[in-house]
Amino acid sequence: MMPQVLTRLAPQLIALVVLMGLVTLFYPGFLSISYSDGRLVGPMIDVLKRSAPVALLAIGMTLVIATRGIDLSVGAIVAICGAVAAYMIASGYGLPLALALALVAGLAAGLWNGVLVAVIGVQPFVATLILMTMGRGIAQLITEGRILTFTDPAFAFIGSGTALGLPVPVWIWLGAAVLAVALLRRTALGMLIEAVGINRKASAVAGVNATVLLVAVYMAMGLCAALAGLIITADIRGADANNAGLWLELDAILAVVIGGNSLLGGRFSIAAAVIGALIIQTITIGIRLAGFPSEYNLVIKAVLVLVILVLQSPRIASEYAFWRQEARRKREAQLKGAGR
Amino acid sequence: MNTRTLPLYVTIAIFLVGYLICWLQYPNILSTRVVGNLLTDNAYLGIVAVGMTLVILSGGIDLSVGSVIAFSGVFIAVMLRDSGLHPLLVFALLLALTTAFGAAMGWLVYWLAMPAFIVTLAGMFLARGAAYLLSVDSVPIQHDFYRMLQGAYWLMPGRGRLTLIGVLMLAVVAAGIVIAHKTRFGTSVFALGGGEATARLMGVRQGRTTVLVYAFSGLTAGLSGIVFSIYTGSGYSLGTVGTELTAIACVVIGGTLLSGGAGYMFGTLVGVLTMGLIQTYIVFDGSLSSWWTKIVIGILILAFILLQKGLVRLSQARLNAGEP
Amino acid sequence: MLLSIRSLTKEFPGTKALDSVDFDLRAGEIHALLGENGAGKSTLIKCLTGAYQRDAGTVTLEGREIAPRSTVEAQDLGIGTVYQEVNLLPNLTVAQNLLFGHEPRRMGLIDSRAMRLRARAMLAEYGLDLNVDRDLATCSVAIQQIIAIARAVSLSGKVLILDEPTASLDAREIEMVFGVVRNLRDRGLGIVFVSHFLDQVFDLTDRLTVLRNGRHIVTEETATLDRVRLIEHMLGRSLQDEVLHSRPPDRGPRPELLRFTGFGRKGRIEPFDLDIGAGEVVGLAGLLGSGRTESAEAIFGLQPAQTGEARDRSGVLDLSSPRKAIAAGFGFAPEDRKTDGIVADLSIRENIILALQARRGWARPIARAEQARIAVDYIRRLDIRTSGPEKRIGELSGGNQQKVVLARWLAMNPRFLILDEPTRGIDVGAHAEILHLIHQLVEQGMSLLVISSELDELMAVSNRIIVLRDRRHIAALAGDEVSGPTIMRAIAGVDAPVEKGAVEKGCVEDAPVEAAPVGTAPVEDAPVKDMPVEDVPVEKGGE
Repeated sequence: MMPQVLTRLAPQLIALVVLMGLVTLFYPGFLSISYSDGRLVGPMIDVLKRSAPVALLAIGMTLVIATRGIDLSVGAIVAICGAVAAYMIASGYGLPLALALALVAGLAAGLWNGVLVAVIGVQPFVATLILMTMGRGIAQLITEGRILTFTDPAFAFIGSGTALGLPVPVWIWLGAAVLAVALLRRTALGMLIEAVGINRKASAVAGVNATVLLVAVYMAMGLCAALAGLIITADIRGADANNAGLWLELDAILAVVIGGNSLLGGRFSIAAAVIGALIIQTITIGIRLAGFPSEYNLVIKAVLVLVILVLQSPRIASEYAFWRQEARRKREAQLKGAGR
Repeated sequence: MNTRTLPLYVTIAIFLVGYLICWLQYPNILSTRVVGNLLTDNAYLGIVAVGMTLVILSGGIDLSVGSVIAFSGVFIAVMLRDSGLHPLLVFALLLALTTAFGAAMGWLVYWLAMPAFIVTLAGMFLARGAAYLLSVDSVPIQHDFYRMLQGAYWLMPGRGRLTLIGVLMLAVVAAGIVIAHKTRFGTSVFALGGGEATARLMGVRQGRTTVLVYAFSGLTAGLSGIVFSIYTGSGYSLGTVGTELTAIACVVIGGTLLSGGAGYMFGTLVGVLTMGLIQTYIVFDGSLSSWWTKIVIGILILAFILLQKGLVRLSQARLNAGEP
Repeated sequence: MLLSIRSLTKEFPGTKALDSVDFDLRAGEIHALLGENGAGKSTLIKCLTGAYQRDAGTVTLEGREIAPRSTVEAQDLGIGTVYQEVNLLPNLTVAQNLLFGHEPRRMGLIDSRAMRLRARAMLAEYGLDLNVDRDLATCSVAIQQIIAIARAVSLSGKVLILDEPTASLDAREIEMVFGVVRNLRDRGLGIVFVSHFLDQVFDLTDRLTVLRNGRHIVTEETATLDRVRLIEHMLGRSLQDEVLHSRPPDRGPRPELLRFTGFGRKGRIEPFDLDIGAGEVVGLAGLLGSGRTESAEAIFGLQPAQTGEARDRSGVLDLSSPRKAIAAGFGFAPEDRKTDGIVADLSIRENIILALQARRGWARPIARAEQARIAVDYIRRLDIRTSGPEKRIGELSGGNQQKVVLARWLAMNPRFLILDEPTRGIDVGAHAEILHLIHQLVEQGMSLLVISSELDELMAVSNRIIVLRDRRHIAALAGDEVSGPTIMRAIAGVDAPVEKGAVEKGCVEDAPVEAAPVGTAPVEDAPVKDMPVEDVPVEKGGE
């Protein structure tokens, strides 16, 4: 079991280590971690903390992509949930209610997407585009177009506090990832999601409740987005309906595919997707630390997407197989010739 | 009722009813001034939506156009500031660049056989990154030729201004209609959107068509970038974020099937005007906030997607019931 | 000679798909190309149409050697093809489909008026008069097929290849298409006709060529060839398998297990009555599209019934979804294994336990060791040939995939199992094994509903056979009534046993009184189609 998991994660882990090495070349202090005031400090800790939103989204997005879907609305959901929480806090409803309502908002957004996809049968790309367009409008409706700020130390703790030496967001995404992996792999949920992603019709014939499963996956995505929204909002102590979570859906998709999960659905690995999120953040922070202008970031991401596309392309795969076969044939022919 | 033309009629009906409602509340809205502004303000959007329509008809999507528009603005501004070339030459350079960029994406979509949205997502990052590399700040454009372009308009009866960029948008839409509905290339695009395997069997050159479709989208994005730079008088690498979504929304509200293979180029123009009408209404009203635009657009998209879904089910049911 | 092929060879890694095959086509003949799955028919066609490049041999068209590299090039040379399904674009109009790529133009732009006229003229040649501005999707399948033929002929005009063109047509539509094809023969085209339906071959073709395992076996005049000899050519041995010629033992009346009354769904299957006895095998016979699969899908809740009800001993059953049907103890191995049966990227183990796990619910996973035990057990019992239970099921052969799907249901221990074409696309050895397996299951007391196009197979396993035509159950045969000729006559509707009586006899004595018997179902939208006995698809000879 264990070696299998390691083989699956090896490319991502190696990529991460190589990247860290590269950054260290330019910025020798990258790996240094010190302990002060009861917390760990260092660039790597920063990477872990700032990975939180994308890592959380990558957990949900991995599941959505495993079902051959995509969720473009997560950035908008992040904005909505952040706005809900900030509004509740600012209106004095207290933290527990604010958190609960934000999570419910995320679940509701996921339910909306899930129903459109699984029940009405709209393509995921199209279905989630609706909320992507509409979501920021809804978030602005809640914040009334302003950046809704608040001063609630307990809420801010979620975004910038420290617990047991590590920033709270790190604990949240670690916890969510561990919980998700346990839930999916200790039960049959993971296998059933994979089955639906590979062949929904056949799974339904075998009695898998594909519709409910799909809706649940989009709702899980909504929940992850809500958590990410809470962290972002708590971190800046304000809800910015326009910019909170902007383009996060793209980073989340990127993290999932860096994690070696196929965009065409099926087998998935959440751990690999989370490592993908770490890779993205290491690049972002690494570029800054290494002294390059942060404008390089987007270009590097573009190149990354291209590399992954080439790796995942079915056409390239079949051509590669063809050439390998040809090469083998030629070798064998040569051997035969030599033998004669 | 032909299930193919119904969405177009619905689009036109929505626009007309919308206009009627606006007119009942604000009679001023029915003037050549407002119409002229509608065309001018949405010129860049209309142009890029024409390219997007063709891409969507072919069964693809192009997420890079917002970034390409931003890149175009920055490219023009920086070139005019630093090189001293004539704007027309800069335009030609830019259009060649964006067309080649689109063609390259089209080639990748075809060659990698991967979903278009992820390929053009890479294009989106790349174009935006390139714009950042040119300049992070907004670069003003100061050139006599530009001032001339900005000031060019025809006065319509009723003192409405039909600006050059508004006319350019209408011309691009007209060209789009001809390309999509009156050429063999256009028929190939519809064929690809209807089914790739069948289209290939019928003799569509898939690679060539795909490259051309995305090249056309790149061309319209570049053109849209020029128009936007004329409209705003500057180039800003952080501008036109999310324009691709607005363009997709216009196409869908225009009655084109988002999964490809069915739609009308003219519908996209109506979609763009509907979008502009909503914004105009909000401006006239004064008390409504801008986010209502997004919400209304979202609802319209949902309505059209459900309409198309319903039509598909209806025609299938009819066929199953054995109608000839 | 219009088209002649000499020593055509095409190799794929591991197999010789075509091994030095000769084939001749005269102008003005319809030439059938026959063979089992994997015989090399489709490879031969793909070499002709440019989809594949041959490795060796020559193809000459009107004395000139040709080597098309694409479908379009083949068309330009004069070879047009009509496939079973993917031919035309449903989202374009009839005229656009007919003239695609050859639209009349004026000043570089498409001339819609000229296009309309030309399309109408093209269809007029085939006796069709329809609005060419209609979307193709709104035309019936037969009309679409004729439009495809019209397009292929207008583009190529010398050789027309018809690859299973009748698979999804009903009898009347088949006649319509055949009329068109005969007409084209008389106009001097050379036509290659590929079909599984031997009776259509005898009905339509002048000569036939049989391929087997990539080799040319025989070419003869259709009229002089005897059906049994033909089947021998195709199968390469006479039909001697004892399984195929035995009849299941008649163990008399059985306790009733299930009863369906007035079960039907609009547009798919007319309301039918059906009783299933415990440990009984009921076979559904009929042509493709006669309502066999539709009946099974209604019973299993895939296309839930809108009328009628299903009962067992304890009361009314809810069969509104596959999950409900499974809860009622049903299982269903669908016809199209690839799209409806297997989950290709999952392992054999996961495919076998999928239904079991779905029934237990996600929260109660089957332990990994238990999964492996079940998988290994069925791999052994059903003799599934694989290197181990963790192999991807997509990598298995068709027969072994089918066994895995069967294993999935056997692991559930259902009381009622539906098998839709359980032996389609399976090699001869696995074929017999699966029939043996069906016998074993019945021995264990399981009830089965078997659907098959092969009458011999159906007769070998079924205690009772229900015959379907035009989406309705028209006759039930049991005991001595079950024979090739009686079934075929029933399918064809020629002096069939009095319908109502037959059905009631089939449904055993206690047929429900309250439910409308099949014979009284509304008839206006399904005229009885007269059809010659020859149109029955008996692949292995009914005699």
